[in-house]
Amino acid sequence: MSVVSFAYYPGCSAKGSSADYERSTRTVCGLLDICLEELPGWNCCGSTPAHAVDTELSAALCVRNLDIAAQCGAKTVLTPCPSCLSNLRHAGRRMATPEFRARVNELLDAPAAETLPEVTSVMQGIARQYDKAALTARVKKPLTGLRLGAYYGCLMSRPADLMDFGDPENPTLMEEMLTACGAEVVDFPLKTSCCGASFGIPERPMTARNSAKILDLAVNMGLDALVVACPLCQMNLDLRQKQAAKSAGTTFDLPVPYFTQLLGLALGAPTDQLGLDKLCVSLDGLLKKAEGGQQCG
Amino acid sequence: MNKVTDISSLRDPAFTAAVQADSGQDVTTCYQCGNCTAGCPASFAYDRQVSQIMRGVQLGLKDEVLNTRSIWMCLSCSTCSLRCPNNIDVAAVMETLRHMARKEGRVTVPKVEKFWFSFLDTVRVFGRTYEIGTMALYMLRSLRIFTDLDLAPEALKKRKLGLIPHAIPRQDVPDDGARAVGRIMQRYRQRALREGVRP
Amino acid sequence: MRIGVFICHCGSNIGGTVDCARVAELSRAFPDVVYADDPMYTCAEPGQAAIEAAIHEHRLDGVVVASCTPRMHEPTFRRTVERAGLNRYMFEMANIREHVSWIGKDKEANTNKAAELVLMAVEKLRRNTPLTPKSFDITKKVLIIGGGVAGIQAALDCADGGVPVVLVEREATIGGKMAKLDKTFPTVDCSACILGPKMVDVAQHPNITLYAYAEVEDISGYVGNFSVKIRKKAAYVDWSKCTGCGACTEKCPARKTPDAFNELTGPTTAINIAFPQAIPKKAVINAAHCRQLSKGKCGVCAKVCPTGAIRYDMEDEIVTEEVGSIVAATGYDLMDWTVYSEYGGGKYPDVITSLQYERLLSASGPTGGHILRPSDGREPKSVVFIQCVGSRDKSVGRPYCSGFCCMYTAKQAVLTKDHIPDSQSWVFYMDIRAPGKMYDEFTRRAVEEYGTEYIRGRVSAIYPDGKGQYVVMGVDTLLGQPVEIKADLVVLAVGIEASKGASQLAEKLRISYDQYGFFMESHVKLKPVETNTAGVFLAGVCQGAKDIPASVAQGSAAAAKVLALFARDKLESDPQIAQVDMRRCVNCGKCIRCCPFGAIKEVEMRGEGKAQVIETVCQGCGLCTATCPQGAIQLSHATDNQILAEVNALCQC
Repeated sequence: MSVVSFAYYPGCSAKGSSADYERSTRTVCGLLDICLEELPGWNCCGSTPAHAVDTELSAALCVRNLDIAAQCGAKTVLTPCPSCLSNLRHAGRRMATPEFRARVNELLDAPAAETLPEVTSVMQGIARQYDKAALTARVKKPLTGLRLGAYYGCLMSRPADLMDFGDPENPTLMEEMLTACGAEVVDFPLKTSCCGASFGIPERPMTARNSAKILDLAVNMGLDALVVACPLCQMNLDLRQKQAAKSAGTTFDLPVPYFTQLLGLALGAPTDQLGLDKLCVSLDGLLKKAEGGQQCG
Repeated sequence: MNKVTDISSLRDPAFTAAVQADSGQDVTTCYQCGNCTAGCPASFAYDRQVSQIMRGVQLGLKDEVLNTRSIWMCLSCSTCSLRCPNNIDVAAVMETLRHMARKEGRVTVPKVEKFWFSFLDTVRVFGRTYEIGTMALYMLRSLRIFTDLDLAPEALKKRKLGLIPHAIPRQDVPDDGARAVGRIMQRYRQRALREGVRP
Repeated sequence: MRIGVFICHCGSNIGGTVDCARVAELSRAFPDVVYADDPMYTCAEPGQAAIEAAIHEHRLDGVVVASCTPRMHEPTFRRTVERAGLNRYMFEMANIREHVSWIGKDKEANTNKAAELVLMAVEKLRRNTPLTPKSFDITKKVLIIGGGVAGIQAALDCADGGVPVVLVEREATIGGKMAKLDKTFPTVDCSACILGPKMVDVAQHPNITLYAYAEVEDISGYVGNFSVKIRKKAAYVDWSKCTGCGACTEKCPARKTPDAFNELTGPTTAINIAFPQAIPKKAVINAAHCRQLSKGKCGVCAKVCPTGAIRYDMEDEIVTEEVGSIVAATGYDLMDWTVYSEYGGGKYPDVITSLQYERLLSASGPTGGHILRPSDGREPKSVVFIQCVGSRDKSVGRPYCSGFCCMYTAKQAVLTKDHIPDSQSWVFYMDIRAPGKMYDEFTRRAVEEYGTEYIRGRVSAIYPDGKGQYVVMGVDTLLGQPVEIKADLVVLAVGIEASKGASQLAEKLRISYDQYGFFMESHVKLKPVETNTAGVFLAGVCQGAKDIPASVAQGSAAAAKVLALFARDKLESDPQIAQVDMRRCVNCGKCIRCCPFGAIKEVEMRGEGKAQVIETVCQGCGLCTATCPQGAIQLSHATDNQILAEVNALCQC
């Protein structure tokens, strides 16, 4: 397959807490001949704090990025982070309203381009290039024997008409990808429930209780790992896993890798190019199981 | 809980109309089934449930609604909007109420707003989030210096948090990167003050 | 011409915002008007008497009444003028209530507009001609479509009244939804025990011809003389030989055939008799699952049938029946609840519909009347009922109330306790709608005697907890907080929709249906059984949600309408129909093509083709008159000249 290029918006956590998501995303895209061209001088989308404070401020922060992409001639911008995706898409849609556009333009150095590029997730970007069969054809080390659940979080699939992820209650794209990689993927009922989002710092019970509910179900279902696509979800379910366990009066030991990390493993990427060392709950047991599965299978 | 509310005199139809206009939602279609409350992951931290807030908006009980803790604890996860049988974007109503309360200086849960400001401060300076900076600013603002201290060893060991801020590289863009973001936030602040609302 | 005008006050309905005396005064100056008055209630007995008196006293040969909509009282006043010796079509009505007084508050403007409408009516009346209806013979036989309890009741009442009945049922057995129910509210009596005898009566009644496993293919004709094509679907069994012994179903090897009668709660065989009390008790082969019919090898049923009834080569058959009247009683289906992804969308085996639960409760169901979970066959101890799944829910396009779910949910909760005494039932509800006789008392019994917990609020989501139970995430709005219940079984009170194919049938019947496919009655309060097509009546849920007593009542009501229609030997046709001026007709055929009723045919006249209207079929819609390029077709009582006179009158005001 020939190399395709997309403009790429990494999002701030790529440079900090989700450096492993960033690393694995780039590795996987590299292996799949998808060229990611990082937007020059991109800025923070404002995340939850900006839209919680003011819709126009949030849009202005997002539109500066979309405008840069437009100047670069990009048609499509990929981003790994669902929160960035949601903010960028909301901003793009709201700019269609002339009054809103005028208010946002007032906040910018110069009025934004009339036509702003579409934004999509890395997951959907990969899916656009590779259907299930095409992905399977690229798999070198199938994830045989692994029992996985896919967890999308609350932002990825809704609002449905904006996020375009199929049934907002029951997205299945990640399952399809992981199945293509040879894993056994079981339907995870809480796949779109909220982990507690950015409340970890100001209101710990919010993340602890919601994340505990998700982790508890994953453990009860006998999952080897809960696979995620969102930096914030990953932090709440992995780094804050002990906090969640404490609030539920139990202990958890459940790996919470990014889907790109598992995709990378299946595509045969060296583990040191997938940022696996950043995971708080280690993937080692899982890797052994997968190898065992391959030998048996 | 036990007080009697004189809804005939407290009722403020202009408040209901303003919420409807700002959120773009028709709250009269809410028939109080409670589905929003049933699915709300933040409900345990609410002083009024989201369906009760919708009722308050219907009745025009402005103070009752804008002084709740709930509008600050909302996670913006949109579960309520997704499952509303009357297609009301309840999360949009909650966000509108939060904006209204903020603009009037009603901040019932200051620590949440302090966290937002701490986050946005780093964005203003660097153009991008600086996670440790956000934490430090929040600890200072809220005087909660032990926040997430239990996570520090793990986070540092795994280098989950970059010690050095990742500002926008100045040479990458003609608008000076971080400073352009600073200007956006400055213009927002000036316009809010000019329009007489709290930025 | 001598015209009399009556401006009705309708109490204050019109008189409040129209100066009726002034309108009468203005009317006296209109052409040919020799008399005008403004009575208080024209439709009342004294008002009608005054019209009759004026006709005699002033030698009137035409009357205009300005009052309400003609839909209500045009027939009334036509009878009035007829009693006084005028032709009933020498009457016109001006609607100054719905079109004037109820929609405007400016009295002067209203008064002027009322006078203008009266002038239009006068100008039309001046061009009216006396019309005489023709009479025609009728076929005293009725077609009833749908063999649920409403159709059964209508069939039995008509048959008992001496009218031959043709009953068409889509499924292999009559009985409809009621046959699937275990017990009925509020008496908790056995559904099959009370319906069964009626089904047997249908089978045995000399006046009833039953076509089961058949559908109405086509309907033509008009009140008194409908011609109906019925498709008898291939059962692959010769029913004249089948004795219903069941030998075939015992031996059929295709044992994983979906069982529609049991709402897919268990498998059945490819050759099957729906249930023990089926009427007719005849076997039908499900062709898609039959090994002989789908793969060409098996033939077991043919070998074991003691009467040699199996016919693998059977094909659909079309029969034609002539009837004078039709009752539609096609019932309902459950809406597709799997759109609720938050309830699993059908993924979770122990989240079932209330109709499926009826089959689990029923002794003739797949579990022999024991409540067992579909997933593991365990007896559930915690059962959650959720009401309004697909009712009162705009987000899934079902804003209406399904009417009877509150009651059957209470019944199912009661039965659950009867079956499993150590069980606990929970009911999530928004409102309890129990207005029927002994209904509210019944729901209270469910709470007070059977310990059912009613929780006011909707359910946001259901998910399996990974340990064999389901978490039901609901809310108790009275408590003001979310609640969670661990459930072994969840029963959804799924909302109803018009039965599949209802809208297509409505088009064959030429009756209206609403946006959800329910058939429209002629008047929501005063003509709830009639439709806008003469001779076609409605019974049961096909018209809107109703429970068994109401469906039975409407079945009887429809039968009464049929019997009243057939009490006459001849019917009169409406003379307000299209007529062809043969001299102008150029036989272009456009009218024949545009007529929705097939009421225009080509005839040979002096060697030339001409259009001719079949008077009994024409409904007077006027499409042909608007289509005819020659102006050769005119609608009696609404001719081009009359319409132009009305327009002229308005423009000259």
